[in-house]
Amino acid sequence: MDNLIMLAFSAFIIENIILSQFLGICPFLGVSTKRSSALGMGMAVIFVMLISSSVTWLLYKYVLEAFSIEYMRTIVFILVIASLVQMVETFLKKVSPPLYKALGIYLPLITTNCAVLGVAILNISKEHNFLEMLVYTTFIGLGFLFVMYIFSMLREKLDFAPVPKAFKGAPIALVIAAILAIIFSRFGGII
Amino acid sequence: MNKKENFFKGIIKENPLFVSLLGMCPSLAVTTSLENAIGMTLGVFFVLVLSNFIISLIMSNSKLADLVKPVRIPVYIVVIATLVTIVEMVMHAYLPSLYFSLGVFIPLIVVNCIILGRAEAFASSNKPLDSVIDGVGMALGYGLAIMTISIFREFLGKGTLTVWGDLQVNLTFIFDFLKIEPIAMFVQPVGAFLTFGLILATITAIANNHKNKLAKKVANNG
Repeated sequence: MDNLIMLAFSAFIIENIILSQFLGICPFLGVSTKRSSALGMGMAVIFVMLISSSVTWLLYKYVLEAFSIEYMRTIVFILVIASLVQMVETFLKKVSPPLYKALGIYLPLITTNCAVLGVAILNISKEHNFLEMLVYTTFIGLGFLFVMYIFSMLREKLDFAPVPKAFKGAPIALVIAAILAIIFSRFGGII
Repeated sequence: MNKKENFFKGIIKENPLFVSLLGMCPSLAVTTSLENAIGMTLGVFFVLVLSNFIISLIMSNSKLADLVKPVRIPVYIVVIATLVTIVEMVMHAYLPSLYFSLGVFIPLIVVNCIILGRAEAFASSNKPLDSVIDGVGMALGYGLAIMTISIFREFLGKGTLTVWGDLQVNLTFIFDFLKIEPIAMFVQPVGAFLTFGLILATITAIANNHKNKLAKKVANNG
């Protein structure tokens, strides 16, 4: 149990997917200009990440390893993720229109989100068992949502700040991300 | 557009990293040393040039193109993923230390937006030779960009520049001369965001300055 709490905490804060592992930078900079879209993107990422990590984990353990064709990992994982995203989109449209309305526009963007494939591969290379995989993926996703939300609030305020001309847009966003990264890396001292 | 313009546009005018902001994740993660940046460049170069070539071969055959068009994105992804798997296996076999320091970012070349972006925007509608030239230019542009970031980060963070293996330039005497320590922050995640942000701002400032001068010239002449 202790191990799981440790794993959850480090996935959430210390090994934060955006600020220390640099995965999912594109949505981090692209979709974080408004709080509502940051929330929507974060939820969609958690949702897709959980499904795709579970499926790829099972596939790896019971198909790829069983036939000892581990080298097919990259091809299989990306195809599984791409088709899963499509399936989730169709499924949500049919079953839960309100949820589709909230997450729908973010789903196609997720296929090329390196965070989803990255976490699926990290779960394999860190040799997590199924329970650890679920905990790790959930908290990595929550960490993504948390940082996206904080960042979007900062950027909403930034619209009213006098930013030097050369820093407008991406450069100032990156500098703010650097300050956030300092804060998050200091949490490492807790463990 | 002639061949020379086609080659150089990837390096300066349409630089994938500094102008289009594509492929940000690896550029922040692997730039802790110059050696890692060079390794990443080699991987991206191989995948981008060959994927551009193969995809433009497929799409310039009119029969095959009609067949592939409705499912072209999955086809591109399979081509790219195959090439990435080759890179992964070769690196694991011959450059194990590089393989472990790049880690998850080698398989993640698959979802690097530059490669899929060039396939869709250029290779699918141009001849194989032009696509190869485009791929070489874009890969070099990306490589130069991440090497620039890594030079700043490694020098400021450790005081050294590692080109490859034991080939290392030790510049710590500059820090000794100034009586300061290298700033370890720059090889940590913080440094990645900060360095990239400052380089981008510098480039924007230079571009703005250039634009203003051009505008003035036009105004004076007119």
